[in-house]
Amino acid sequence: MTNHWRDIKNADLILINGANPAEAHPVGFQWFMRAKLDPQRGPGQGGGAKIIHADPRFSRTSAVADIYLRIRPGTDIAYFGGLINYVIQNNLFHDEYVKHYTNASFIVKDGFGFTDGLFTGYDPKRRAYDTSTWNYDADAKGFAKRDLTLQHPRSVFQLMKAHYARYTPEMVSSITGIPQQDFLRVAQMVGEMGRPEKVMTIVYAVGLTHHTTGGQLIRSGAVLQLLLGNMGRPGGGMNAERGHANIQGNTDHAISWEILPGYLRIPAPGQKNLDDYVKQSAPKKSDPNSWNFFGTNYRKFMVSLLKGWYGDAATKDNEFAFDYIPKPAGNSSWMSIYDQALRGKMEGVILSGMTATSIGPDSTQVMQALANLKWLVVMDAFPTTSSEFWHGPGMDPVKVQTEVFLLPCTHWIEKDGSFVNSGRWSQWKDQVIPPQGDARHDHWIMADLFSRIKALYQKDGGKFPDPIMHLTMHYKDPMKPELDEIAQEINGRDLTTGKRLATFAALKDDGTTTAGDWIYTGSYPEAGNLMKRRAGVQDPAKNDPTGMGFYPNWAWSWPLNRRVMYNRASADLEGKPWDPTRPGIQWNGTKWVGDVPDYPPTMNPKDPKAWLPFIMNGEGVGRMFSNSMVDGPLPEHYEPVEAPIENPLHPQVSANPVAFLYDKAAGRANRFGTADEFPVVATTYRLTEHEHYITQQVPHLVQLQPEAFVEIPQGLADSKGIKNGDMVRVRSKRAAIEVRAIVTKRVGQVEVGGKKVWQVGIPIHWGFVGISAEMHPEKSQRWLANSLTPFVGDANARTPEFKAFLVNVEKV
Amino acid sequence: MATLTRRDFLKLTGVSAGTLALSELGFNLAQAAQVQQTLRIAGATQSHSVCPYCAVGCALVAYTRKEADGTVRLLQIEGDPDSPVNEGRLCPKGATALQLATSTRRVEHPMYRAPGAASWQTVSWDFVLNKLAQNIKATRDRTFVAVDDKGNVVNRTEGLAFAGGAAFSSEEGYFATKVMRGLGTVYIEQQARV
Repeated sequence: MTNHWRDIKNADLILINGANPAEAHPVGFQWFMRAKLDPQRGPGQGGGAKIIHADPRFSRTSAVADIYLRIRPGTDIAYFGGLINYVIQNNLFHDEYVKHYTNASFIVKDGFGFTDGLFTGYDPKRRAYDTSTWNYDADAKGFAKRDLTLQHPRSVFQLMKAHYARYTPEMVSSITGIPQQDFLRVAQMVGEMGRPEKVMTIVYAVGLTHHTTGGQLIRSGAVLQLLLGNMGRPGGGMNAERGHANIQGNTDHAISWEILPGYLRIPAPGQKNLDDYVKQSAPKKSDPNSWNFFGTNYRKFMVSLLKGWYGDAATKDNEFAFDYIPKPAGNSSWMSIYDQALRGKMEGVILSGMTATSIGPDSTQVMQALANLKWLVVMDAFPTTSSEFWHGPGMDPVKVQTEVFLLPCTHWIEKDGSFVNSGRWSQWKDQVIPPQGDARHDHWIMADLFSRIKALYQKDGGKFPDPIMHLTMHYKDPMKPELDEIAQEINGRDLTTGKRLATFAALKDDGTTTAGDWIYTGSYPEAGNLMKRRAGVQDPAKNDPTGMGFYPNWAWSWPLNRRVMYNRASADLEGKPWDPTRPGIQWNGTKWVGDVPDYPPTMNPKDPKAWLPFIMNGEGVGRMFSNSMVDGPLPEHYEPVEAPIENPLHPQVSANPVAFLYDKAAGRANRFGTADEFPVVATTYRLTEHEHYITQQVPHLVQLQPEAFVEIPQGLADSKGIKNGDMVRVRSKRAAIEVRAIVTKRVGQVEVGGKKVWQVGIPIHWGFVGISAEMHPEKSQRWLANSLTPFVGDANARTPEFKAFLVNVEKV
Repeated sequence: MATLTRRDFLKLTGVSAGTLALSELGFNLAQAAQVQQTLRIAGATQSHSVCPYCAVGCALVAYTRKEADGTVRLLQIEGDPDSPVNEGRLCPKGATALQLATSTRRVEHPMYRAPGAASWQTVSWDFVLNKLAQNIKATRDRTFVAVDDKGNVVNRTEGLAFAGGAAFSSEEGYFATKVMRGLGTVYIEQQARV
């Protein structure tokens, strides 16, 4: 989230897309309801914030929304694109913000274009773009030319205006299935949020990300928020709910193939030294008034990381051991792991608190991949569908030659350490109880394993052992590092004094500082572990001095305890809050006050040399047009890979032309279905009572939601002779599941591209392991929702397209 | 009731219960529930935790008691009323977190399934850690690429993948990244994409 949970109470209008917070994040949803019940919030004269819920399924979130829009899954770019068009055509954007805080005024190079569904630079053979035409028209210094009147035909603003002119209410309706009059009611409310004294938030979840256009779906919302001047403001922003207790912390710390801790890029082959690396990885300054803080300090963050990891072996002479960091040949993300296994190139997989089988996509294919491994390790508190895959549905244990290890691991409550919520609040937790039975901490297992591997290299030698020999293990007991010690390592130190640092501004590129993750520098300064702080609602007057809900002494949020990111943009050019009743930060004549400023604390905004507001970007402003995406500088609607209609905008380029088709690239048989055989659109989701798959081990929750099901609209059920509670078969090109039918009006029909299309919904939680499975050993063999989902990835992030695919439904 | 917080509730029931209306049964149900609750956690140690499920980050208060035999018993988990995130509230999952924390369904010992075998065997930690260390080293040595076909120094292990840990503590996650990159691993993933 750019903002945080409690901040949602500050919004006038709440757009919820691809999410169902009332059921999936019920406690967080109280902040939506606080906004709704606050008479000072809302469009017009107030009377309470309005909630707009766009979702294929009418849920408890829809029930308390002011407007519910039944949208076809995977079409939210058309919805946001239509809103962008409405806001531009009716001059409802926040003019001053758009001119000064976004790249609307930047001039794009001559030669850029978009025709019939393709941006310039497309190579159909490689299914990839050459993005060189998606750049700014720059002067000799490399600074982009600008036109603050926004009239230049190649200004980002004019290009956007032309691009989104195609997204008329008629077109939006034809793509999304949202009736035009409903769309226009929403558009009017959204348009009002371009006024400086109003603010809107967009809240989303994996219903937006799990598509072959996932990255651009998020960008389309962000572009709208920039147009309305809502980024950086309390009550505004782009807010991902996220679905796991510490998915945020572990993203920050880079359990992710393409990054190192603190969102530093993983080095690429061909980069010989730090100069090459920084040149190719760091954002570049493209305006004289851009600070380009990230780009300017990139090298310091990287050197401090290398120094932390390789200690005395990282020296100026060896580029601080830059060679020790592995450089991937290509994409190495989730699906790529199983793709490599299917190609026979992956030997061993370690799954620690994560299951491959139930997650999929295309669980059947994933199980084949696991069967191709030499060895598989599952570290977990309970058996999973991965630890048990070798006797799972369709598997013959005798033929599965994979060696499988199941290691009992501790739960969250059996160890201390921090969890970072989706609002970036890092909250320390105690070790409450000792490990149960023989269970060990995951990090102790890894430390122990590492030490045994190191001993083997010392004894027997092997391939390039240097990075293993020199990896720092500066813990009291290297076999059992304490999480407190690791938290200090993450924070980093000044090596000349030995003291822990209070800010990443103190990091250097000469090898005299360390930081395991620079965005956490300041979480554990000499004063102590700030993530333990507990000044909460027991005394709101004292603990929330601005009254905005920041609670700066409750836990610690990255970066630098800032609660709303990009908050310089919450104030106008002179430093006055756009809405004085909802200040983020403001200039008091000598310094910025309020939240921790995302800006130099004493930089006078009236100084002609004052930095632009978005200090992390090379441009210094928000990017509505961006060359950082591989599938286009402006979000464009493409159909899901399995779609019921051709793209009404450009049927000849219907799906994302750079979506990654794993099976095709590997020469495997096609596993995608078509609408003639599979006419029904399916999507997947979570229930309140379950969290992915682990809750299949919790008796009370299994009692509340005991068995797999599919939600089927009344009309579709009637046409197939299906009654509530019947067993039905849901079939995709890849597999079939057999589950109970819940016949309901919550899901329904949409009219798209002149065609009426039924939609069904499938909760993801069931498989062949857990309490329900033990009660239904036969039936549970056909419960894996993700056996239905397609093995295809978003062009940018390679998120699978879990949320929009084609099936057929029949009575068993 | 909408504005009555758990903190207020405790104050009311604890300090001025006598002023509350009595139920038709002739005694105060709220007070009785509070007495039962008080007995359950009387003398217990209070610790702070965070819910293990979604990413809202609801703060928890956990109560434990040291038993006569030296074991620590987890008595109760409830929402932390001081938290600006949840103000004491929990959803059905958070409210049943105790059943996740202590369970007879846990994996008790390291288990090993040999290639082609039809069942698990219980093994020792030393057995699995030694075998795994050998496996990882063998895979690393077999699939390590020091220099790619274009002559670039890449120092990567291609045949090994690590995935995990959306319920790791952050520090564990950081440590996993550090160790795995140290081994040359390029296939590193967690739940973020899926």
